[in-house]
Amino acid sequence: MRIQLNGENRNIPDHSNAQDLVELLKLTDKRLAMEVNREIVPRTTFAQHQLYEGDQIEIVHAIGGG
Amino acid sequence: MSENANLRDDSFVVAGTTYHSRLLVGSGKYKDLDETRQATDASGAEIITVAIRRTNIGQHPGEPNLLDVVPPSQYTILPNTAGCYTAEDAVRTCRLARELLDGHKLVKLEVLGDEKTLYPDVTATLEAADTLVKEGFDVMVYTSDDPILARRLEDIGCCAVMPLAAPIGSGLGIQNKYNLRTIIENASVPILVDAGVGTASDAAIAMELGCDGVLMNTAIAGAQNPVLMASAMKKAIEAGREAFLAGRIPRKRYASASSPLDGTFF
Repeated sequence: MRIQLNGENRNIPDHSNAQDLVELLKLTDKRLAMEVNREIVPRTTFAQHQLYEGDQIEIVHAIGGG
Repeated sequence: MSENANLRDDSFVVAGTTYHSRLLVGSGKYKDLDETRQATDASGAEIITVAIRRTNIGQHPGEPNLLDVVPPSQYTILPNTAGCYTAEDAVRTCRLARELLDGHKLVKLEVLGDEKTLYPDVTATLEAADTLVKEGFDVMVYTSDDPILARRLEDIGCCAVMPLAAPIGSGLGIQNKYNLRTIIENASVPILVDAGVGTASDAAIAMELGCDGVLMNTAIAGAQNPVLMASAMKKAIEAGREAFLAGRIPRKRYASASSPLDGTFF
């Protein structure tokens, strides 16, 4: 299925959940935060959060800034 | 009490946490994370700002992470909303930051109005501050040097108000001493100068005015030798604070001799 990830279109396996996506991206155990369709998905609920065709997903981290 | 004892006991409180360093630093614009670590260490700062940005998908595994060199266990991490031009984007950024930092509630709110000046959009700032306070965030807010607005932000419930001294990254120094004085006199939350400092004397001037602290990034990271400038800023903040506590002499137009006139033999 097609999702939008950090502003880019991407195909991921059907029936993936947020945890599957994090593993697919090799971001497991990285300090990150995820938003799906502008709603926060807490890390503790990644495995229960089903993703759907057309979801808009943002994955962010901390970088240098003032 | 000696000056040293005076300064050692000197502290300020933001959102219930006591801080001894009145220098807050950003973590942007350094050439690499090692320089970030060294300069941050030399500054003696306890509060470090970070930005929230998209993760690079497909980044190298094991790539060093900013929070490895400024660990939340050692520093108070202050996520900012830099780059946000709407209240909505700023609120989203803060929610992501809270999730990223395991429920950490302290944020630096800035809603910008214009790319050329990076001046705050004050109406959007008020709107975002109101939402964030209601959602339980501890909001340190970047704003213009308007005393009325500073009070409004305090009334909303911001835990610190941070007026600019000059545009972000400009290095123009303290351009608005009288406004800053007024803001400080009116406030019952910490007032920190955020933005505009160019060199150590600027930081000292801000502290001599009675600011609770100064937040800076470019002045350190953009210096020829950032680590040395971080050390200079640390000393300037301490010197300015001591001078404020000591109470400066009044300004006079004419001279006042330092040596007694009694006992002259001529």
